[in-house]
Amino acid sequence: MYDFAYHTASSAADAAAKAKGKSDAKYMAGGQTLIPTLKQRLAKPTDVIDLGGARDLKGISAAGGAVTIGAMSTHAAVAGSADVRKAIPALAALAEGIGDPQVRNRGTIGGSVANNDPAADYPAAVLGLGATVHTDQRQIAADAFFVSVFETALKPGEVITKVSFPVPQKAAYMKFPSPASRYAMIGVFVAKTAQGARVAVTGAGNGVIRMKSMEAALDKNWSPAALDGVTVPAGTCNGDIHGTPEYRAHLITVMAKRAVAAAG
Amino acid sequence: MGVDGIGASVRRKEDVRFLTGRGTYTDDIARPGQTHAHILRSGQAHARIRSIDLSKAKAAPGVVAVFTGADMAADGVGGLPCGWLVKNKDGSPMKEPAHPPLVVDRVRHVGDQIAVVIAETRAQAKDAAELIEIDFEQLPAVVDSKDALKAGAPQVHGDAAPGNLCYDWELGDKAAVDAAFAKAHKVAKIDLFNNRLIPNAMEPRAATGDFDPASGDFTLYTTSQNPHVIRLLMGAFVLHIPESKLRVYAPDVGGGFGSKIYHYAEEAIVTWAAGKVRRPVRWTADRSESFMSDAHGRDHHSHAELALDKDGKFLALRVATVANMGAYLSTFASCIPTYLYATLLAGVYTTPAIYAEVKAVFTNTVPVDAYRGAGRPEATFLIERLVDIAAREMGMDRVEIRRRNFIPTDAFPYQTPVALQYDSGDYFSTLEQAQKAADWAGFEARRAEARKRGKLRGIGVSTYLEACGIAPSNIAGALGARAGLYEAATVRVHPTGSVTILTGSHSHGQGHETTFAQLVSETLGIGIDQVDIVHGDTNKIPFGMGTYGSRSLAVGGTAIVKALDKVVNKAKKIAAHLLEASVNDIEFKDGKFTVVGTDKSKTFGEIALTAYVPHNYPLEELEPGLEENAFYDPKNFTFPGGCHIAEVEIDPDTGVTKVVNFTAVDDVGRVINPMIVEGQVQGGVAQGIGQALLENCVYDKDGQLITGSYMDYAMPRADDLPSIGVATHTTLCTHNPLGVKGCGEVGAIGSPPAVINAVVDALKDHGVTHMDMPASPQKVWSVINGAHRKAAE
Repeated sequence: MYDFAYHTASSAADAAAKAKGKSDAKYMAGGQTLIPTLKQRLAKPTDVIDLGGARDLKGISAAGGAVTIGAMSTHAAVAGSADVRKAIPALAALAEGIGDPQVRNRGTIGGSVANNDPAADYPAAVLGLGATVHTDQRQIAADAFFVSVFETALKPGEVITKVSFPVPQKAAYMKFPSPASRYAMIGVFVAKTAQGARVAVTGAGNGVIRMKSMEAALDKNWSPAALDGVTVPAGTCNGDIHGTPEYRAHLITVMAKRAVAAAG
Repeated sequence: MGVDGIGASVRRKEDVRFLTGRGTYTDDIARPGQTHAHILRSGQAHARIRSIDLSKAKAAPGVVAVFTGADMAADGVGGLPCGWLVKNKDGSPMKEPAHPPLVVDRVRHVGDQIAVVIAETRAQAKDAAELIEIDFEQLPAVVDSKDALKAGAPQVHGDAAPGNLCYDWELGDKAAVDAAFAKAHKVAKIDLFNNRLIPNAMEPRAATGDFDPASGDFTLYTTSQNPHVIRLLMGAFVLHIPESKLRVYAPDVGGGFGSKIYHYAEEAIVTWAAGKVRRPVRWTADRSESFMSDAHGRDHHSHAELALDKDGKFLALRVATVANMGAYLSTFASCIPTYLYATLLAGVYTTPAIYAEVKAVFTNTVPVDAYRGAGRPEATFLIERLVDIAAREMGMDRVEIRRRNFIPTDAFPYQTPVALQYDSGDYFSTLEQAQKAADWAGFEARRAEARKRGKLRGIGVSTYLEACGIAPSNIAGALGARAGLYEAATVRVHPTGSVTILTGSHSHGQGHETTFAQLVSETLGIGIDQVDIVHGDTNKIPFGMGTYGSRSLAVGGTAIVKALDKVVNKAKKIAAHLLEASVNDIEFKDGKFTVVGTDKSKTFGEIALTAYVPHNYPLEELEPGLEENAFYDPKNFTFPGGCHIAEVEIDPDTGVTKVVNFTAVDDVGRVINPMIVEGQVQGGVAQGIGQALLENCVYDKDGQLITGSYMDYAMPRADDLPSIGVATHTTLCTHNPLGVKGCGEVGAIGSPPAVINAVVDALKDHGVTHMDMPASPQKVWSVINGAHRKAAE
C-alpha cells in the first residue's frame, strides 16, 4: 500500500466537497475491491474518502412500486431487508450470494455499482430491473450507466446516493460462479416487467449487457422453453482458463433458462 | 488403558491456543531492533541480467541495506543443496545446477529472488525495491516438461544440465516386463498428466534472522517442518556456520503439507543479512509470494501399459514418466518421482514384473517438490486409473479385477518387484467394508434416479497403498539420501511426576501435542494434562529429522516409546530398591509399581521424587534423575492402505461435478486418537478432491504464472466437499512396537483416482475412458458437448 491521505465524509455533500481539488481522490464505499487493490499496490490514489460515516447514504425503503436502497447499504442489509425480500426477492437473494459473510457485511451496493466489475452481481440486477442510479447531481438510467470494464457514466467526484429499483412482476438471478474466485463467470438476471422482459448478463465480457434476443423470446412466451433455440454467439464473451468464450456463451442460455424457471 | 491413553478420542490440547488466537507463529515473534526485508522477485520467467543499479534504492528513506547475489557470492555463501542424489541409468550422477539464494546473473522463473532490501519498515523496503533498476535481456522460456526435452528447447541451465535433463532413471526388470508383454492376452494403456498443484498452507512462509554480536550466535526463526534439517543444510552447506552457533526455531506453524520441509532461499538470506547488518532481519511472504515461491507439487506426464492374461491377472506394468523439477532442484525434489513414486507401482496388486523409467526435467517454473503424498498420489492415480481401463478392456467388473489381483492377506511379508517389502495389509476387508458403507450394491438404483433428474451419476473405487514412516536410514542412504531418517526423543520426568517430551518431530497441524501425550499417558499412567510436548527448537530438542511422509507417529512416536521404556526400566529399579524386592518381581501397571503378589506398591510420582531427592537410593548402581533419550531408526517403511469410494453427480448442462458421497476405509495401523485420524483423513481427502476437481497450476507459454492468486487458482472450499465417511480397518505394522502405520497422507493419495474413476463412470456413455485432473466444469462440459455433437452428426 502506498501512502495516501484518509478522510471521512459525514454526508454525500461532504464527500464531494472533500474530493474537490484533489488530484486523484477515491471514494471508499466498503472497500472490498479498493483495499485489496491498494494492498497490492495496483492503485496509488492521493486521497481516500471513506463514505462509511455518511448517514444520508444509508436506508432501504419500498414505496410507490419501487425499492430504493441507499448507496452505503451493505449486501447483508439488502439481503436481510424485509422490504426487499417482500418486494423483489430476487434482489435479496442476489445480495445474499455475493462473496462471503465478511464481504457482505462491508461491501455496499453503491461501491459495487460504481466499481462496475465485469463479473460483479449487482450490475446485473440494476440493468435487469431497469433501475435508476441517483447521484448527488442527477439520475442515471441503468441502460446509460454501465459503460465498459470498470467504467460508468459517473463523472469525477460524482457520488452515488441511492439506487431505485422498480418492482417487477417476476424476477430471478442465476449465477454460475468461477470455480476459483466465485465471482460470476456468468450471471443472468431476468425480469418480467410491465414494459416487457429484461435479461441482463454479467461475467460474459466487458461488463453487464442486455440480451435482447432473449428478451424478445420471453416477451412472446415467458418460459424456459422459450429460450431453447436462443443461443448466444461466442464472440459476445471473453475467455480464460476456467471458461472459453464458447462455454460462457452456452452458460448464458443455461443460466437464463434456470433464472426464468426460478422466477416462475 | 487410561482414559487419555491409546484409542481415546481426547480433544486436541493445542486447539484452545489455536482457536483463541494465542498461537505463536514466526511472524508473531518480534525482536528488539528488528528490520524488515523485502525480496525483489523476478517478473520474468527467463532472462539474463545485464546490470543492476541499486543506487536509488540504497538512498531511499529507511533503507538499511540492499544486497544482491553478487554480495552473497563475495561472502562465500553456497547454493541451496539437494538432499537426495539420484543416478542415471548408466550410473552417472544427476545434474545439480547451482541454486544460489539470490540469483547472480540470470533469473529462471517468475518469483526467482533477485535482491533483498532491508529497511526500518516493511513499506519502506517495498518502496525502495521499486527503485532498483535492472537491465534484462529476455530469454525464451519453457514451462512444460515434455517441451523442455525437445531439441531446440530453451536451456534453463545451459551446460550445467544439457537438454534440461536432471536425470534419466530406471527401476525394475525391463527384460522380464518385455517378455510378459510378449505373451499378454490384452494390454491396457493410458497417457495422463498429473496436474501441478500449489500447496497453500494457511500460514505463509516467514523467516527472521537474528545475530548476537556478543556470542557470535545466529538464530533463525522459521516456518519449517524440520528445524534440524534446516540447521544442518543451511549451517553446513550455505552459510558455513557451525551448528553450535546456529539455532533454528520453528514455533507454531500453520500447515505445511510438505511445502515447509525444504530449505528455502529466504531462510539463508535473512540469517546471512542479520550478520551483515547486525540487527534482526524479518521477512513474511504475502500470499502472492507464496504462489510463486513455495515449492509446487506433482506435474507428471506419464505413459503406462498394463499386460493382462485372459483371466484378467496382471502380468506386467511398464511406465514412462517425465517429471517437472521446475527451475532448480528443491531439497528433496529428486527422490519424489523416483523412490517415492516408482517403488509404489505395484500398489496392492501381485503384478510380478514392473519397469519404470523417469526423466526429471528443468523448466522455467517454480521448483517442484513433495506435496501431501509426494510421489505416491502420482503412482496411485496412474495404477488405479489403468486398472479401471483394464477392466473395461477385459469386459470385467472393476471390483472383480481388483480382487483377482490383490496381494492375498496371507502373503505378507510380500516382496514387490519394485524394491519394497510390505509387512501387513488386508485389502479385501477394506474393500468390502467400504463397499458396504458406500452401498455399492445400491448404486444402479441411485444412478437411475439421478437420470430422472437429468443428472449423470457415477461411482468410482480406488484400492490403494502407500509407503510412509520414512525411512530406514541405511536403505535410504543406499538409494542416494544424503541424510539419516531416524527420529529422536527425550523423556524428562520432573521431580513431582509431570513429564516433558522433547521430540524431533514437528507439529504443524497434526496434533502431536495430544497424540504423543497419549503415548505417555498409556505408558506411565498419568493424565495428558501432566504431559507437555516440546518441539521445533534446536536449542531444546534432540537432533531430529522432522515431520513429513506420515512419519511422526511411526518413527517419532516410536522414539518416544523407546525412551519411555527406558524410564520405566529405571523406575522399576528405583521401586525395587524402595520396596526391598528384586527388580524382576516389580510390575508396573496403571501408574503403580507393585511387588508381584503383594499389596506393596509405589506410585510413579513417588519414584520420580525419589530419583531427584535420592536420600534412600541405590547410588552405587544407579544414577539419580529420571530422564532418558532414544533414537529410533525404522526397520522398514510402513504401508497404510485401504479403499476409497467416490460417488459423483454431473450436471450435463454446465459440466459441474459434485462429489455427493465419499467413503474412506483406511488401514493406518493401530489408532492412537480416532478423532485425530478422522481429521487427518478428512483433510487429505479434501485436498484429493481439490486435485481431482478444482486445483490446477497454470503457466502461459512465456512462463507467466496465470494462477498466481485465488482469483484463478481454485482452492476447494467447504461447500465443494461432501460429508466424508471415514472408518478404519486395522492390521498392525509388524516392525514398530506401536503397530502404527501413519494417516497424514492416505486421504490425498487414495481419493483422486476414486473421484476420477467416478467421473469416467458417469460419462461412460459419452465415450470417455480417461479424463485428466482437474475434471473442471468446462472440461466435463466440453467432453459431453463433443459427444453430443458426434451423436448428432
